[in-house]
Amino acid sequence: MQHPQDIRQWIGIAAEAYRLRWERRRLLTRALHKRRQLSEVRNRAEQITPGAILCFSTVRNERVRLPYFLDHHRKLGVDHFLFVDNASDDGTAEYLAEQPDTSLWRTPHSYRLSRFGVDWLTWLQIRHGHGHWCLTLDADEVFIYPFHDTRPLRALTEWLDMKDITSFGALMLDMYPKGPLDAQPYEAGGDPFEILSWFDGGNYMIQNKKQLQNLWIQGGPRARVFFATTPRRAPTMGKVPLVRWNRRYAYVSSTHSLLPRRLNHVYDDQGGEKTSGILLHTKFLHMIADKSAEEKTRGEHFANSALYQDYYDSLTQNPDLWCDGSTRLTSWRQLEAMGLMSRGTWL
Amino acid sequence: MSVGIVMLVHTALGRAEQVARHWSAAGCPLVIHADVSVPKQTYNAFVKALSDLPDVRFSKRHRCEWGTWGLVAASQAASQMMLDEFPDVRHVYLASGSCLPLRPVEDLIDYLSNRPHTDFIESATTADVPWTIGGLDDERFTLRFPFSWRKHRYLFDKYVAIQRGLGMKRRIPGGIVPHMGSQWWCLTRQTLSAILGDPERATYDRYFSKVWIPDESYFQTLARQYSRQIESRSLTLSKFDYQGKPHIFYDDHLQLLRRSDCFVARKIWPRANRLYDAFLTDAAHAMKRTEPNPGKIDRIFAKAVERRTRGRPGLYMQSRFPVETRENGLTSAQYSVFQGFSALFENFESWLARATSTRVHGHLFAPERVEFSEGASVMNGALSESATLRDYNPDAFLASLIWNTRGERQCFQFSPRDNQAVNWRIAKDPNAQISVISGAWAVPLFKSNQNFSDIRREAARLQQIESKHLEILRSSWTKARVRIWTMAEFIEAPMEPLQTIIDEIGPQQNSRGLAEVPQMADLTGFGQFLQNLKNQGMHPYLMGNFPVTRDPLEVPGNKRKPYLVR
Repeated sequence: MQHPQDIRQWIGIAAEAYRLRWERRRLLTRALHKRRQLSEVRNRAEQITPGAILCFSTVRNERVRLPYFLDHHRKLGVDHFLFVDNASDDGTAEYLAEQPDTSLWRTPHSYRLSRFGVDWLTWLQIRHGHGHWCLTLDADEVFIYPFHDTRPLRALTEWLDMKDITSFGALMLDMYPKGPLDAQPYEAGGDPFEILSWFDGGNYMIQNKKQLQNLWIQGGPRARVFFATTPRRAPTMGKVPLVRWNRRYAYVSSTHSLLPRRLNHVYDDQGGEKTSGILLHTKFLHMIADKSAEEKTRGEHFANSALYQDYYDSLTQNPDLWCDGSTRLTSWRQLEAMGLMSRGTWL
Repeated sequence: MSVGIVMLVHTALGRAEQVARHWSAAGCPLVIHADVSVPKQTYNAFVKALSDLPDVRFSKRHRCEWGTWGLVAASQAASQMMLDEFPDVRHVYLASGSCLPLRPVEDLIDYLSNRPHTDFIESATTADVPWTIGGLDDERFTLRFPFSWRKHRYLFDKYVAIQRGLGMKRRIPGGIVPHMGSQWWCLTRQTLSAILGDPERATYDRYFSKVWIPDESYFQTLARQYSRQIESRSLTLSKFDYQGKPHIFYDDHLQLLRRSDCFVARKIWPRANRLYDAFLTDAAHAMKRTEPNPGKIDRIFAKAVERRTRGRPGLYMQSRFPVETRENGLTSAQYSVFQGFSALFENFESWLARATSTRVHGHLFAPERVEFSEGASVMNGALSESATLRDYNPDAFLASLIWNTRGERQCFQFSPRDNQAVNWRIAKDPNAQISVISGAWAVPLFKSNQNFSDIRREAARLQQIESKHLEILRSSWTKARVRIWTMAEFIEAPMEPLQTIIDEIGPQQNSRGLAEVPQMADLTGFGQFLQNLKNQGMHPYLMGNFPVTRDPLEVPGNKRKPYLVR
């Protein structure tokens, strides 16, 4: 991605690469230590066959979202789910334990100190993900990609394998209802996008991050409504959720970026388009107000939670995120035509 | 029986078996070659599964790695077996395990029996084709390639470099002219047996075994030696992307494949159940007997390659973020920027909207808020009016605005009061049409009710900003269509420039000229205002020369009358 011009630049690049190598080792060691925080609830990992597609997730009180989450990703072709339950008290653990294709671990420890669950998942990925295509998601993320309605996930991963591509990017698309967030109650198992059928189609701001060579994407309704005066703090919307895992890989911050850096090259910088997907974000279902109030007091979701008090306060008021410029979701083809994702040469 | 199928298989043997049965059911004899890499058990099971079919043979197994001689050796052995064992076969069709017959096999048999002496093999000289993967065209035939491109890329590249450096060149055996083309062919017994039984075959084989990707050149070259009639096209529809990887067909390609009228397509995803069901069992929907027509598919795939390599111009997104100079268009559509017009004319925006039927915004980069057209607080794509959000990434704001409103031309006002961060970007953008009346920023100051010392300070600031902007617009890197007038120049004859700008925006209904003119601000006393600034030590020069004593627009008897062209 960079073209060094003289020897000094070469040395700088080599030094940076070396530093990041140690950073990656640090993250892996950290995950290794954090494995003691996990206790096994239901381990069905023996079901994992070579070539199986795995899904990793840390959850907390997601009983309502999980039925649709599991259903959608099972239909795409995820073979096995590996969950870490972070002290849920709404029946999430019981629900997950009885799923036939799911392994479950539990931990009461701090989500924030586990780098928002990433340390725990990194350990599980070291243990079970090596050599597999791994989808790392939150329970409020629904992964889609071009042709997802006619081609299973395996069609995509086999194509990526053929092209020697090891990571696949996705834009997180905040979906929201028209009207106050709590106006339409959602029932477990239903299609969340019957309620959350709107999104921001073209207000994304992208910067190239030199250090990890990833794109820093911000924008969407949260930037528009909650961070219009402090845009730097607006949430990051770019993710790399699908990776052909190696036990030496590590996510750096949530699933926004990884080490080694080449895994972040999910974009083309020579003018072309690479194939990419979307994470439909179901954060803004009716439970959001209660959950925000809880998150505000727990302070587990941002490294510097004090700065986000206003954000939580606004969310507990059940605001209306809809505006005249909102777009109604109709199909992946619409998202592709709008340039939010791309089929690249996969057609 | 007149068509024999040579089938090369390496994975998805279940599908290969299914297709073999399909060929066999139509009476075609088959010779199947399985790659050495297929495990023994799997291979034996495969052979056993096909043992109930009458005319199926299995040829000696070779290692078929992409781009190596093994594929040719396998084709030779299997073809030889076909010719020897099935004397009735007139055409031999080379297919793979992931090929799928799209039309009834009888169609193919009829088609070939109507053309008994025609060889269908894509075959072109290297000079005439653009298929150069890895930067090698002629050199495929003049260098040696002992290292695998897939497994030992480094050695492959180094060895090529060394040979180039030393000027090494192989001698091409006498009498042949290298040709290339799709590796999937259909040859007549005459041609094929002549190739396989050539007295010079050992020489040719030795030569081609060190050529790069010989399966795309061996038969393609030698067929030229013996064929009575070559149709240089493949009967198998197969597409490759810009990296030379085959395109794969999935269930959703059903209609596309049906419309292609091709006999056989590859490569089919082994799990594309709908395709296999449709083409192997469903004869009712069989395509009509027409010439194969891969043109439609070609167009779609060409478009895809274009998108992958050039992208959609003006789109910045998660998987397309070009570095500077590789954008292929900074924005997606043409737009117009007007500087000084809304200061000079009282109703410029509404007039422009009526005259051009475009979307006319106010000052999009104003410091207070984004002045979208009609006072909207949000635009297409939920682009916000917040100045902070816009200023956080002004480039993204502009690119998004133009992208989100594709199909409707955007016009906006600009002034030295606005955020100047996008000046370079707009100047470098060939899609931008920039019209500037320099010094017109003084008109709002002239009309304002501020203290004169404040006005003087503001005038100095604006003049400095605008003069920097003009420097950019006049630089040699500027690619926008730029027009700059001083204010004095402009008001001498305002209608001519306005007409030019509007004509350039697009062919409008106003072929008879502008039906309506915008109303110019009353400039009585403006000359004196400028003189006052000068008297205070500030030198306003961007607006050109305004005489102090006489107001240029003063029409005796009617002070308020707007400027009109007669």
